[in-house]
Amino acid sequence: MSDPELPAGVERREIDGETRLATRGPPVYGEPTADGWRAWDPGRSKLGGMFELGFETGLSGGETVLYLGAASGTTVSHVADFAGPTYAVEFAPRPARDLVEAAEPRDRLFPLLKDARTPTRYAHVVESDVDAIVQDVATRGQAEVAARNARFLADDGRLLLAIKARSEDVTAAPETVFESALDRLREAYEILETGRLDRFHEDHLGVVATPR
Amino acid sequence: MTDTEDDAETGPGAGWFAGGSPAGSDARGDEGSLRARIADGEADGPRDWPGLAVDSGFVDSRDDYYDRLHEASVAATREAVRERERADDQQLVHAVRALDDCERTANELAERAAEWAGSLFDDVDPGVEGARAVAKREPDGELERRAVSLATRVVGLADERDALAETIERTAPAVAPNLAEMAGPELAARLIALAGGLESLAKKPSGTVQVLGAEDALFAHLSGRAPSPKHGIIYTHEYVRNTRPEDRGSAARALAGKLTLAARVDHYSGERRETLHEELRERMATIRARAEGEKGDDGSDGDADTDAGGDA
Repeated sequence: MSDPELPAGVERREIDGETRLATRGPPVYGEPTADGWRAWDPGRSKLGGMFELGFETGLSGGETVLYLGAASGTTVSHVADFAGPTYAVEFAPRPARDLVEAAEPRDRLFPLLKDARTPTRYAHVVESDVDAIVQDVATRGQAEVAARNARFLADDGRLLLAIKARSEDVTAAPETVFESALDRLREAYEILETGRLDRFHEDHLGVVATPR
Repeated sequence: MTDTEDDAETGPGAGWFAGGSPAGSDARGDEGSLRARIADGEADGPRDWPGLAVDSGFVDSRDDYYDRLHEASVAATREAVRERERADDQQLVHAVRALDDCERTANELAERAAEWAGSLFDDVDPGVEGARAVAKREPDGELERRAVSLATRVVGLADERDALAETIERTAPAVAPNLAEMAGPELAARLIALAGGLESLAKKPSGTVQVLGAEDALFAHLSGRAPSPKHGIIYTHEYVRNTRPEDRGSAARALAGKLTLAARVDHYSGERRETLHEELRERMATIRARAEGEKGDDGSDGDADTDAGGDA
């Protein structure tokens, strides 16, 4: 049962009696597994939520990916399962410790303890013209981070971004926050699709964009 | 130097594998330096590193390249994580105290250097900046040599102070992620230093945290000579300093309460806790809205301190 919206390597599988999004790889965070497939929980992963909600991500499997805000490696481990070379950037040491464990058995996942706001600190490792940037950083200035990292993306590449309203301004209405983030984003990208992720993540906006 | 091929080998635009031993050499033994390059290297922009690595003979194929990158990045990141986690609160306390000593000594010596240099040269400015200018001079004779040398020590101390500030900036978030995010790295380090460590800070009631650094004022108050201090070192926080005076006590109390919780989460769990930061932002917005509200009530006043309003 392959789904036209899903990249090769991501499937809906029967796990524990439920049809769930899944990828194939070594388990990472105690997720349910069946026949080597590991359930991908859209409630714990913005990208998983975007797939579940039918976003046109442009991913077909095997891509080179730069992942910003990899945290403990929950989502990026699924990405590395279906993508090609995957660079995972995370700034906080404690989650990065778990990220290293998730990366160890995945030979095309490269963990980097770096700050996504200063790309020059990892531009000597991350290659140019990656096919996709996946971004999930919970700091203020999320659009700015995306703009600064546009240099890594191929001309026809995709930015898959989750904007968290509360990280920008907890007092403003999410709509206002999203509008101003999208304005900043448009300086570097053409926006292809946006949609709220509220079914899985409250006050988050999913964005698909391509470099201008 | 402008040769791009050279650049790709070693220059500032070089990849992490620059200087690594080439493919086929069995005794590589350069893992350590490659790890260090991943951790500390920089480049202005990304390039086709896999292709360049093959061209330079570092690896035979893109597959080999990714294998070596995997090995090196896992090892480098594991090492960097261990290093950052080893940075403990006592190291931070040493660093912030050393920073204060360097700053104070630099300023004192700068005065002496300026006074002396002013008697030897024209146009000597006071302070560390003045010392920087003096240090660049070409001395003539023994006395000028000594005055210029003294100014050079001032510059060295000031630079050490800046380097210490950078170290604190980098290590404080590893030692106390929530406290560092809420207070900023330097104030977080100062609070830990004043308490004597993260654990003792975590065990203090928030009323004590509120007046840490204001001990003189607190004891004056306890012996009946003064009103109770509203804030100690947390005065340097934007939430306190940029709140209008009549609301500063509330702001200091709210901030101290959340800082105390942040220190406890950092000490006992070490996980980042977003709700803590959100609650403080909401509370501060409410406190600052008071100024807005009153401005609306008697807006005819048009007095100067209404600009202390919120930044929301």
